[in-house]
Amino acid sequence: MYEDRIDKIIDKYETEKGILIQLLLDIQHEFNWIPKEAIKRISERLKIPYSQIFRVASFYTALSLKPIGRHLVRVCVGTACYVRGAPRILDSVENKLGIKSGETTSDGKFSLETVNCLGCCALGPVIEIDRKYFGKLNSAKLEKILSSCN
Amino acid sequence: MKSLKSPSDLEKLRKDILAKKDPKRLAIAACVSTGCQALGAQKVLEAFDEEIKKQGLEGKVEIKETGCLGFCEKGPRIVIYPEEIYYFQVKASDVPEIVSKTLISNEIVERLLYTDPVTGKKARYLSEVPFYKYQNRLLLESNRKLDPKKIENYLAIGGYAALAKALFQMTPEDVMKEVKDSNLRGRGGGGFPTYRKWESTRNALGEPKYVIVNCDEGDPGAFMNRALMEGNPHSILEGLIIGAYAIGSHEGFIYVRQEYPLAVENMETAIKQAEELGLLGEDILGSGFDFKVKIHRGAGAFVSGESSALMTAIEGKVGEPRPKYVHTSEKGVWDKPSTLNNVETWANIPLIINNGAEWFASIGTAASKGTKIFALAGKVNNTGLVEVPFGVSLRDIIYKIGGGIRNGKKFKGVQTGGPSGGVIPKQHLDSPVDFDELTKLGSMMGSGGMIVMDEDTCMVELARYFVNFLCDESCGKCTPCREGLKQANKILNGIVSGKGTEEDIKKLEKIAEVTSVASLCALGKTSANPLLTTLRYFSDEYEAHIKEKRCPALACKELISYYIDPEKCKACMICHRNCPADAIIGEKMKIHVIDQSKCTKCGTCYDMCPPRFRAVKKVSGEPVPPPIPEEERLIKRAKKEKRD
Repeated sequence: MYEDRIDKIIDKYETEKGILIQLLLDIQHEFNWIPKEAIKRISERLKIPYSQIFRVASFYTALSLKPIGRHLVRVCVGTACYVRGAPRILDSVENKLGIKSGETTSDGKFSLETVNCLGCCALGPVIEIDRKYFGKLNSAKLEKILSSCN
Repeated sequence: MKSLKSPSDLEKLRKDILAKKDPKRLAIAACVSTGCQALGAQKVLEAFDEEIKKQGLEGKVEIKETGCLGFCEKGPRIVIYPEEIYYFQVKASDVPEIVSKTLISNEIVERLLYTDPVTGKKARYLSEVPFYKYQNRLLLESNRKLDPKKIENYLAIGGYAALAKALFQMTPEDVMKEVKDSNLRGRGGGGFPTYRKWESTRNALGEPKYVIVNCDEGDPGAFMNRALMEGNPHSILEGLIIGAYAIGSHEGFIYVRQEYPLAVENMETAIKQAEELGLLGEDILGSGFDFKVKIHRGAGAFVSGESSALMTAIEGKVGEPRPKYVHTSEKGVWDKPSTLNNVETWANIPLIINNGAEWFASIGTAASKGTKIFALAGKVNNTGLVEVPFGVSLRDIIYKIGGGIRNGKKFKGVQTGGPSGGVIPKQHLDSPVDFDELTKLGSMMGSGGMIVMDEDTCMVELARYFVNFLCDESCGKCTPCREGLKQANKILNGIVSGKGTEEDIKKLEKIAEVTSVASLCALGKTSANPLLTTLRYFSDEYEAHIKEKRCPALACKELISYYIDPEKCKACMICHRNCPADAIIGEKMKIHVIDQSKCTKCGTCYDMCPPRFRAVKKVSGEPVPPPIPEEERLIKRAKKEKRD
């Protein structure tokens, strides 16, 4: 079922060199993770060893080898957010969702990640949910934001 | 628009654009950079759309979306033209009033103006706001005038004139000389003279040669590159093309981290527009010079911001560094000569070409020329982007521009240079900020992150945070960095949890020495900075943790306890209801007590206790006061008399 979508992405890059990371980022964007089928397909079509693709996919934090939930919650733990209470925000997200960073809730609704910096340092603590940013967070705001996800 | 075939075509187009501009036209410019978006800028814009229709101004008001103005603390920010009225912290609910009062009746909505927290005075113009008054915004200034998605806006403020000048009035050697005389140094961290990098690639054997923009900005706490690339992508592109012309390169890459989707999007648009106008591609402006550029998204690895690692990543491989006895300027991407400069470095090039090296070299200190953008964040009142000439003191940045420390707390230190930098304490606040001064203090310029810390930040915990960060981000290729950081992390974890011993400090110093000498790349080599500066300036905090098992900043979880002051508790139940561990014993009219055996020290009660009570207290290094006897816990309040 993935094959057509994977092939379409590979088509874009077929003739260029040095595109592996860009290709994997597009796959990540499309599926929210890197399915095994994708690695296999890239390896077959672009003649890149499976192990090399796997190495790249496992090296970068933006690429996930596990499927993730419907909503991806990313808590920024960069220095600026950190000194303004990011650890506390992370604690409360973990408490509320009942999962640790790097995990997905059993109903597949939420995945939680930490991120080194979202570049909104003036507004810390910051979180990102489904590519939307929320700044100057506190527990009360967090509660509202999380409960508005369905 | 038609492709431009000569500099006069460009000037003609510029004139046409300017002629069409009506300086008296009503316009609203809203910042839509990631920062203001996080505070709800999009909702404000939608409200304007709706309200303008509702109040019958459709077609009469232009809505402009601009880049970051720097004062993120007070976002979302809008400007009303032609009067140039700045409104800060605008909410969607303020919009109907802005439209009816300011747009229709030309009145000012006073409460949305900037208020000076000290004098209480309202600032009518931007130049009256202290945050801006003390800056010298050579690079960031254009952000407020531009819609980054419109090349016409960039042309209207003189964009691509430097490119035309370089291509038609200067030889590549002239450009090289101008950059050399300007004394421009790389803004990415090391402060290496830009000219020397360029020259080495120019003279290196091998074709093609590559020029690269580094917008990896992996330093947590830094976001000036994001603001420039989101807000003024053409200035970077123009600088890059001029550099390519000087170096003799016909192909370039723009490396942007994928965490900055808006920066990627705006740069993609900029490239497309420049190509359409013949400012990029083959035979640029009819000069015979060809140059093409591609965007490469980074996939989230701190180490990939290092030059050799970044180039490996461009090749599509795992972004790990390699030994640099062969410089990347001679053998970089696919082993071809490659010049890599930071976003801010490239953005300075058009300024230097337009105004001359002499002008540029007149700004700054003896060895550091021009301005530098800093990302001021942390426990300071005015957070945001600050652009000042080199040589301004840390005190001026933090107090004059930054407005001092939040909530009346005391300043403890300022962290510069990201995880490779160090913490500078208050006795060095008057040091001028430039490349060499910061290095002397044991820190570094880095890309310009500046995180202010107050008395509530524990310096041992901060060192642990950075070492832990670097430990995670170490690629593992060389042993000193991989193993050294791991051991340092283990020792620091011990100290912050009260298990430190007196030998730990010596061990940490030893590890720091080895990692800084023997590591392969800058990540390992500079990894000792956060450790060594905190050891040097805050040794008393290390000693308190190790000898007294006490955290002076009351921050290290394992070393602190919370209790409720019976004198202050009003038994309001707020902490009781919110405690995730059910560790608070109490009921209405009965003073609350924390069950220490259940308390997880999450701090929720401390945050939740209403500021007018402030009943939850923290202690470290001493036992919690014993709870008061049961019978004294009942609060007797005078009952209100019932009225008949």
